[in-house]
Amino acid sequence: MGGAYYMIPEESETELFSPKLALALFWIFLVAGALTIVGYLAVPYATLAELTGNSILETMGREFLEQPLPTKLGIVVVALGFLFNLTMTMLKGKKTAISMVLLIGLWGLAVFFLFSFYNPVNVVLDKFFWWWTVHLWVEGVWELILGSFLAFVLIKTTGVDREVIEKWLYVIVTLTLITGIIGTGHHYFWIGTPEYWQWWGSIFSALEPIPFFAMTVFAFNMVNRRRREHPNKAAVLWALGCGVMAFLGAGVWGFLHTLAPVNYYTHGSQITAAHGHMAFYGAYAMVNLMMISYAMPILRGRAANSNKSQVLEMWAFWLMTVAMVFITLFLTAAGILQVWLQRVSDAPLPFMVVQDKISLFYWMREWAGVVFLIGLILYIASFFVGGKEEKAA
Amino acid sequence: MSGAFTKSMARNIFYGGTVFFFLLFLALSFDTHSQLPKRDMRQNITPQIAEGKKLWEVNNCIGCHTLMGEGAYFAPELGNVIVRYGDEGVKAFIQSRPKEGIPGRRSMPQFNFTDEQLNAIVAFLKHVNSINDANWPPNDQG
Ligand code: HEM
Ligand code: HEM
Ligand SMILES: [Fe+2]
Repeated sequence: MGGAYYMIPEESETELFSPKLALALFWIFLVAGALTIVGYLAVPYATLAELTGNSILETMGREFLEQPLPTKLGIVVVALGFLFNLTMTMLKGKKTAISMVLLIGLWGLAVFFLFSFYNPVNVVLDKFFWWWTVHLWVEGVWELILGSFLAFVLIKTTGVDREVIEKWLYVIVTLTLITGIIGTGHHYFWIGTPEYWQWWGSIFSALEPIPFFAMTVFAFNMVNRRRREHPNKAAVLWALGCGVMAFLGAGVWGFLHTLAPVNYYTHGSQITAAHGHMAFYGAYAMVNLMMISYAMPILRGRAANSNKSQVLEMWAFWLMTVAMVFITLFLTAAGILQVWLQRVSDAPLPFMVVQDKISLFYWMREWAGVVFLIGLILYIASFFVGGKEEKAA
Repeated sequence: MSGAFTKSMARNIFYGGTVFFFLLFLALSFDTHSQLPKRDMRQNITPQIAEGKKLWEVNNCIGCHTLMGEGAYFAPELGNVIVRYGDEGVKAFIQSRPKEGIPGRRSMPQFNFTDEQLNAIVAFLKHVNSINDANWPPNDQG
């Protein structure tokens, strides 16, 4: 979100429509978020549901959409204010392809969130529309946001012609949506929906790695054709890393279990967990870290942080990224064993017995998690390291 | 990406392609909705089952369990737990969770449900088990 505030005005070459509104929304969001967490910690979930009026409109207790009703409403208010603010900003200034794609992404995000308010008694319908929020977010509109952020940083750091970059961006987001929308079908294999989704879902989602691959090629291609050496090497590293890791996590690990005959065995196992971790980090964590890395020094009045600070940041990059690769590998190993022992073998074992047998991998995963945390701390620390800085460009 | 292929062509393909595939998706969804009544057993949904679903949600069972393969992967799949334990078995299991958990084992909380609530939960889980979900999971272990 912060990233969008930074980018839209710069792309539109104008000031934010209402900085005051932005500030107010920021605090509402923070306070609402904090209250929700306090609520989770302070009282049992069922009591929380009662206190927050879940019975007026029952929406809680569904994976990822657990938030109490007031939090959900708060999210809508903030999102609408935020969108209003950005859209007005863009209408006022220049309308570039990058900001168009970003805004379409953000509007889509808000629209599909509305499905989280729909919770029918019929579980099949509940699950069917739950995915309209979840899948159409991560494999649809969020990818537009991702693509436009990447394109933005690449224009700024490589100096490659805007026409070229924006053409790439359109191609990438086209591929994303034509594969990703019907790709939703890869969640409609085993939840009571008709069998033809096994075909639609498998075929279209099998093509979903293509836009991710295109993003990686795009990032490397643009950096290789760079017309200038931007002093912020760390941001360029994040951009390249984001492309590669998103392709690995979403593209490769997604493809691994997206075909219906494979998914029949891996559905809801540690394989899903492995994929979810790497895809989320590679795409959406890294793109945010990239935006922060690019914008933070500039907001503090310099083109890039000092060499010393950037070296630290690059250490953070490698620690977090390598740790995430190992987390994914350990979870995948656990997942393969789990699927084998519990679902494929001739004498399938109960869930709890299997979990016991694969606990070694969870321990290794735990240690990789510690390394990841160290990387994250270094990342934050790198912004406080002084040294000789580049002058603002 | 040669000269002949311009940015505005790319843009038009983006808008056209998106609209086309979104409409196709809507058409498929529409067709699914006409077929669902035969598969999701909605005619059997009673107020008791609705109550069971509500209990399932407000107690955040999905925070540990999966249901038809979706949820968290900390505890067993429950879409077919009725097959493993039977009605009485499921009730007894939920009722018998020790308050302090079981040392050295993943534990499930004690929810102190009333008999009526337990019956509702079982009715809900039975309903889920009756849905035609293309023969998932592969075996009774879930
Ligand atoms: C950055 C993009 C992506 C993110 C953040 C992401 C994340 C996730 C997450 C968190 C889940 C678990 C959902 C649940 O709890 O049930 C999931 C499931 C799944 N994803 Fe992705 N994903 C991405 C892209 C992809 C792509 C491109 C593919 C296909 C090539 C894919 C294939 C799948 C499949 C088949 C499942 C269902 C697994 C199951 O049956 O349990 N994902 N994804
Ligand atoms: C009201 C909500 C819940 C219901 C209806 C429920 C129901 C059940 C049932 C029927 C089983 C037996 C499954 C089997 O052995 O195949 C089970 C096992 C289990 N549940 Fe839950 N559960 C709920 C919430 C939770 C929560 C919130 C947690 C995690 C904090 C949890 C953790 C576990 C664990 C770890 C087991 C395996 C226990 C063992 O085998 O010792 N459950 N649950
Ligand atoms: Fe998906």
